[in-house]
Amino acid sequence: MTALAPHPAPRVPEPRRPAEGPPPPRRGLPAWVWAVPPVLALAAVVLYPLGAVVAESLTGPDGAATTAHYAEVLATERFRDALATTVFVAVCATAGCLVLGLGLALVIAFVPFPGSRAAGRLVDTYLSFPSFLITLALLFLYGTVGVANGIWTDVTGADTGPFDFMATPWGVILAEITFFTPFVLRPLLAAFTQLDTAQLEVASSLGARGGRIVRSVILPEAFPALVAGGALVLVLSLNEFAIVLFTGAKDVVTLPMLVYSAAILEADYTTACVVATVNAALSVCLYLLYRAATSRLRGPAGGPRKHGTQKDGTQKGGRRAGA
Amino acid sequence: MLVHDRLTRRSIQTVFLLVFLPLFALPLAVILAASLSTNWSGALPSGFTLEHYAAVLNGPTLDALRVSVVTAVIASVCALVAGTWAALSAHSLGPRGRRVMDALFMLPVAVPTVVVGLALLVAFSSPPVLLNGTQMIVFIAHTVLVTAFAYQSVSAALDRLDPVHAQVAASLGARPARTLFLVRLPLLLPSLSGAAGLCFALSMGELSATMMLYPPDWTPLPVRIFTATDRGALFTGSAFAVVLMATTLLVMFALSLVRTRAGHR
Repeated sequence: MTALAPHPAPRVPEPRRPAEGPPPPRRGLPAWVWAVPPVLALAAVVLYPLGAVVAESLTGPDGAATTAHYAEVLATERFRDALATTVFVAVCATAGCLVLGLGLALVIAFVPFPGSRAAGRLVDTYLSFPSFLITLALLFLYGTVGVANGIWTDVTGADTGPFDFMATPWGVILAEITFFTPFVLRPLLAAFTQLDTAQLEVASSLGARGGRIVRSVILPEAFPALVAGGALVLVLSLNEFAIVLFTGAKDVVTLPMLVYSAAILEADYTTACVVATVNAALSVCLYLLYRAATSRLRGPAGGPRKHGTQKDGTQKGGRRAGA
Repeated sequence: MLVHDRLTRRSIQTVFLLVFLPLFALPLAVILAASLSTNWSGALPSGFTLEHYAAVLNGPTLDALRVSVVTAVIASVCALVAGTWAALSAHSLGPRGRRVMDALFMLPVAVPTVVVGLALLVAFSSPPVLLNGTQMIVFIAHTVLVTAFAYQSVSAALDRLDPVHAQVAASLGARPARTLFLVRLPLLLPSLSGAAGLCFALSMGELSATMMLYPPDWTPLPVRIFTATDRGALFTGSAFAVVLMATTLLVMFALSLVRTRAGHR
């Protein structure tokens, strides 16, 4: 790579798609002009459609603006149940992911054994698989005619096994914990590799036991990563649809599920748009909190540098001094 | 090493494996095993068979795989172009403009994917643009959803990129276009291929928005997997899922070869 600068022409590979790549800034043209085409494209396929959803949810049958749809939909028991289920599932899944992610990350980073790195990589590959595969696998394992019940009936001779939670919120929560834990695990492992091991050794030589070191040295350092991972999982689990769809549970109706059934199964676009607006508003608010948390708490060498080196330098100094 | 006591260390590792294996290693193994079996009601699957895979080869499932791959390739290419362009232009803006661009391009991640699907359906079912029931709307949905990740990867790579190469090229008299295509983009190639793999994988597995707007003549593989499992054909669904995972891994592996070669240059 370093050979690039002195001999650019012969050594450099052909660019991938010269015709389609972004044109370079020309002298005299301000930088923001080049941001206009992508923003226009985004406006056409994201902002305009989202606006159309909000507009549809606010338009009465006569075409006048009205909030009647909101009053109507928000008062229904179906919507309230869906909201309660969504929040319950998301909070439980997030709590589960945080506990599990923290535990697994601590073992992988600080009590390593042969194969623990491979375990970390296995979890990484989860991120490239669709979420519904997890539900599919859990149906085989814990479904009413699944492996766990099969073993139970074989051993005890009973007709049916005790595992019957895949069609309840707990099945969804288990699937979401399995699928979303990597989102907590990854930032935590990244944060742990930046931890100064001398701190651990000093704490240990001063007589602190493992539990105390975790509590008073490791956790404060890993807290930003934990917050960021948890907030991301909360948003993702509020938005998750495929996992819920695959459980086939009629009782577990989350907000995205309600949007789908109102729009596609009942062709009631107005209700779908109202629920979609509420759901999107909820998620976007949480996402903004997540962005605020990560940009403020971002570790010194951790993520991408966002605000220039000088500010990062001061952040680094402050954090080290505080820690 | 946090735990010095040998016994404690062993017991912590045992607990780790007891949690880790059932939760993370088992699901993938279960899908693979189920795709090769006719029956699974005891501890182990029974009735080894390849007929679920035969079902993949003839009929609409192969078609669904083709649809998924075509959609994923189109969406990834569009997302890479749009995401790279947006990230490059955001990078040349000030911190405030940069934050606005970040917020705009990460919006599709924050909004539920089902809502993205509904939004496209509502917006493009009425004039001026009618796309409802076309393949185009599926391409647009997938592109919208994966562009955010392309933008994020390229943006992060630009942050790490040493500006000195581009500065040297410029000081030697290269025009900005030449610097971009001969210096900056080649330097970004490893992260671009990484982003391409991510986009491809995400698009291959996309179900939520697709369920909202796929036309009957353009059924991607995840929808086929859902319809199979929804009517109770879990074993066939598993075989489809294995084909989906294998295709995704194959493409990601090929792209990682590009990445390694680009990294060695």
